[in-house]
Amino acid sequence: MALKIVKGSIDRMFDKNLQDLVRGIRNHKEDEAKYISTCIDEIKQELKQDNIAVKANAVCKLTYLQMLGYDVSWAAFNIVEVMSSSKFTYKRIGYLAASQCFHESTDVIMLTTNQIRKDLSSPNQYDTGVALTGLSCFVTPDLARDLANDIMTLMSHTKPYIRKKAVLIMYKVFLKYPESLRPAFPRLKEKLEDPDPGVQSAAVNVICELARRNPKNYLSLAPLFFKLMTSSTNNWVLIKIIKLFGALTPLEPRLGKKLIEPLTNLIHSTSAMSLLYECVNTVILCVQKLRILIEDSDQNLKYLGLLAMSKILKTHPKSVQSHKDLILQCLDDKDESIRLRALDLLYGMVSKKNLMEIVKKLMLHVDKAEGTTYRDELLTKIIDICSQSNYQYITNFEWYISILVELTRLEGTRHGHLIASQMLDVAIRVKAIRAFAVAQMATLLDNAHLLTGNTQRNGICEVLYAAAWICGEFSEHLEEPMATLEAMLRPKVATLPGHIQAVYVQNAAKLFATVLRGQEGVPADSTVAQETSQLLIDRLPLFVQSSNLEVQERASCILQLVKYIQKLQQKDVEVAEEVTALFAGELNPVAPKAQKKVPVPEGLDLDVWINEPPSGSESEDEGRKSKGKAVFAKEESRHTKPRYTEVDEKELAKRREVRKAEQANNPFYIKASPSSQKHSVSKPNPSPSFSLRLCHTLTHLLWMPMSDQYVKLEEERRERNKADKKKKKDKKKREKGEKGHRRRGDSGPESEEDITPAHMVDIVTEEMPENALPSDDDDKDPNDPHKALNIDLDNCPLMDYQVVVSVIFENKCDSFIKSMEFNVLDSLNSKLQRPDGAGPHDGLIVPFQLPPGISNEARFIFSVQNIMMPQKLKGTLTFIVKTDDSSTHEKLDFKLHFTCTSYLITTPCYSDAYSKLLESGDLKGCSLKLEGVNQPFHHLLARICFHHHFSVVERIDSCASMYSRSIQGHHMCLLVKTADQTVSIDAKCDEPGLLGNVLDEIKLTFSQC
Amino acid sequence: MIKFLLMVNKQGQTRLSKYYEQVDIEKRPSLETDVVKRCLSRKKEECSFVEYKDFRLVYRQYAALFIVVGISDTENELSIYELVHNFVEVLDKYFSRVKSKLFFLSSQSELDIMFNLDKVHIIIDEIIQNGHIVETNKNRILAPLLALDKMAEAH
Repeated sequence: MALKIVKGSIDRMFDKNLQDLVRGIRNHKEDEAKYISTCIDEIKQELKQDNIAVKANAVCKLTYLQMLGYDVSWAAFNIVEVMSSSKFTYKRIGYLAASQCFHESTDVIMLTTNQIRKDLSSPNQYDTGVALTGLSCFVTPDLARDLANDIMTLMSHTKPYIRKKAVLIMYKVFLKYPESLRPAFPRLKEKLEDPDPGVQSAAVNVICELARRNPKNYLSLAPLFFKLMTSSTNNWVLIKIIKLFGALTPLEPRLGKKLIEPLTNLIHSTSAMSLLYECVNTVILCVQKLRILIEDSDQNLKYLGLLAMSKILKTHPKSVQSHKDLILQCLDDKDESIRLRALDLLYGMVSKKNLMEIVKKLMLHVDKAEGTTYRDELLTKIIDICSQSNYQYITNFEWYISILVELTRLEGTRHGHLIASQMLDVAIRVKAIRAFAVAQMATLLDNAHLLTGNTQRNGICEVLYAAAWICGEFSEHLEEPMATLEAMLRPKVATLPGHIQAVYVQNAAKLFATVLRGQEGVPADSTVAQETSQLLIDRLPLFVQSSNLEVQERASCILQLVKYIQKLQQKDVEVAEEVTALFAGELNPVAPKAQKKVPVPEGLDLDVWINEPPSGSESEDEGRKSKGKAVFAKEESRHTKPRYTEVDEKELAKRREVRKAEQANNPFYIKASPSSQKHSVSKPNPSPSFSLRLCHTLTHLLWMPMSDQYVKLEEERRERNKADKKKKKDKKKREKGEKGHRRRGDSGPESEEDITPAHMVDIVTEEMPENALPSDDDDKDPNDPHKALNIDLDNCPLMDYQVVVSVIFENKCDSFIKSMEFNVLDSLNSKLQRPDGAGPHDGLIVPFQLPPGISNEARFIFSVQNIMMPQKLKGTLTFIVKTDDSSTHEKLDFKLHFTCTSYLITTPCYSDAYSKLLESGDLKGCSLKLEGVNQPFHHLLARICFHHHFSVVERIDSCASMYSRSIQGHHMCLLVKTADQTVSIDAKCDEPGLLGNVLDEIKLTFSQC
Repeated sequence: MIKFLLMVNKQGQTRLSKYYEQVDIEKRPSLETDVVKRCLSRKKEECSFVEYKDFRLVYRQYAALFIVVGISDTENELSIYELVHNFVEVLDKYFSRVKSKLFFLSSQSELDIMFNLDKVHIIIDEIIQNGHIVETNKNRILAPLLALDKMAEAH
């Protein structure tokens, strides 16, 4: 044995310690991984030894390796071992490792509860401290629940070192176990006035964090914080307090006024920039001061100035807008953090008036920008700025479309899809702009080769997706559908990504329909229509060969259709109307949240199996086999059907009618608006042949508008508007004559309302299902842990129930007993009710004295929250024993056992009400069998009635039904039967936990007799 | 609140990491390299705040070491900026006690931190607890560590 110890300590001398490990890793730069894996093997060996010092050393090294990114979860149990060492030097290593490696799903955490509890109550303050620190890293809901009371007690520890840590960790406990907030809150509030500034600061931190999420529950603390703000000298604490007030002032405007004075005092007196920043941030009137920050040469201050500016913007947009020049300047800063901040600000600053100017500035930056990330950021910001609040600030959509088109020239951007979705959105929702949009998109399609330099990397080709769709869907606005159709069927298209090709093919069909419709009015030109069909038949096979399923399917469908149409054309049958009917109807935009708002139909339960899943693995196999057979059989029968059923025109028309009628009755089908069903599109000069098309594209290229053009136009228009208004005003003026009424409206700056949109823009709102449920909490995250902490702390808990405990005190000695004080250590669940003003640990004075041999009864009221579980409360009775010549203080410890039975109240119940209760199906059952009970049945019933507060509802021979009700209104029903010394009890209750405990107690009663 | 604290050298190697919000161990290295890259690539004259995903980074450079703190946007950037310096001063006070020279100006500092990782952790734990500043007084921060050293000497 002794030898073993010696050997162990010699071994230890050769063990690597942390420093050796670090040095070793540095010396093995080439084969680091290999070196570390040998180290890990060594560590595993060390962990197998009994010597705790060796283990601790090993765990210490593991902590380092964990930081380097190695998985050390296998050593979790060893970490717990080291944590439970009695020596602080080792214990702290264990806790450090645990706090770095453990997380909620580490299962060994369950084993630590008792160890942590022991450490928390250790006489050594550092043991307690290290346990608290560790706990703050790996506390789980279970740990929080089990240890909440221990930590709460520590909040009143004598050492401030422990108090402050306990207070801070309570925040984590609240998050994991929200029920603890209410009982802990009074004590937390006390800590705001703790004599130790560290504890104060901790309490401020916790309450600040709580209040930020649910400020209204903490308004009542404002006076306390006010006092702290004027008395505290710790800048870090002051910052937190000011932050807290920032959260409270929106709820209580009077607070703002009160705060001005102390805040201005702070602003003038403090030398700490951080505190100044926080104050300025809160007193959001100091925009001018912020300007100084932004103009400062210190980049840090510049950044923060911009940040604060964006906060002010939310409440006082006007005051920020006057600093537009400064912010635009910041866009030129070489520091990306600052540029991004400035961009963010611009987003909030735009108005109808300055949108075009700002976007123009941004476009310049897009051209200049180096590095794609920043350029992409610019691009998204431009789109965000323009599209915000439903295009509120856009007065001229022609300008916006041309901006979007200009953005497509950006090379290598990742945001092609963003531009595309904007194009689609605008074209769909702004009806007035469609003609213009279609023309632009047609040009884009024609110049597609410019966009698709190298297709694979280039995200911008997404734009073509939008362009093709817009041209197809709104093809009635196209000047030259033939030209566009040809552009969409160029062989180069086949190099585009599959989903774009699919859209191309589908929309080529739509265009085809438009072309046909345009041609048929003019009988002489039937050759053009036929040429178009031929074009499709020539080009589509390329897409039929596509490897993309979607493209292939659509192409072959349409190819067949066109072939059929060609046949009819050759017979001089008019087909245009039939073909256009294929694409009749308008697609309306659907709101993104529409799907969520559709209420679930009554009786639909999505969690229920439609078909029960097969139970065993064998039967599953069989099932699969038989299913496979069935599929096969079906498939065969399908194959026997003719592939293409020839349906004559009449039949088709009939079917179409039926479908239309169906659609008309179907509320979920988006109906065609009558406007789109009119097919009258005037087309004066259809281009006669393909040869001309080349020069057309050239002219298009030249014609491509610059957004600047529109800016200019818009400005001119506004000028005109203004002039008109001025004229009107002048007129009015003249009418008013020389009454001395001077107006300065015309010389002052143009106000927002003065700008009217270029054309009446009808922005189609997104559709919502008719029976959508109105709800405002769409954006709230149900997983937010802070939601559970939204507890009203001022109103006394309503769910508390009172239990009166009557205690009989009997003096069995020969002396006189007086000054009895009854005290109980509260648990989170059950509390002794003390008179107002008494502390949570004060005892209650028993209102009588006891002469020898006398007994008396006193009643104490407890408030109880949860009655599902039995509880034991520890208590002490202190009293003075007075003999003739002396008096001594004495103490008596006791335990109060709150059984679940004690929460039941004997309540009579009639048999009809009883049977109704049982039929309702709300109650859950449980049963109990007692054997070897040899007492008469009526004794047995009496026992249950007496000990467990039940009443007999009905009794027939050796069978009886019984009833009781809990203080929280749970019903409890028993059916007691007896035969041959065996008693069986079937019980039902709406709270199974409570029922189980009561049955256990009944069992106990009978086992004792 | 403070989400994490990192100490990294100029080569981007992590020398110390402390997380106050659970991040999967597998994701940590990539997060760290990403964060470090962003801070290292910045010039001295640029500001010390970087926006990264949904939080902000506050960093300071001391000789060869960077200290990076990730915070939520409700935290005061400057106060964290000062806190980092406070932390460094505490380290200085503790380690220069042994070395009798300014700790953080020496190139030795990186090694010292690696060799005494556990002690640096104790210091951080005294300053920050579950993401909040808990103590800023240097003497009180060092008290438990000094007590520990005394205990070790006694052995």
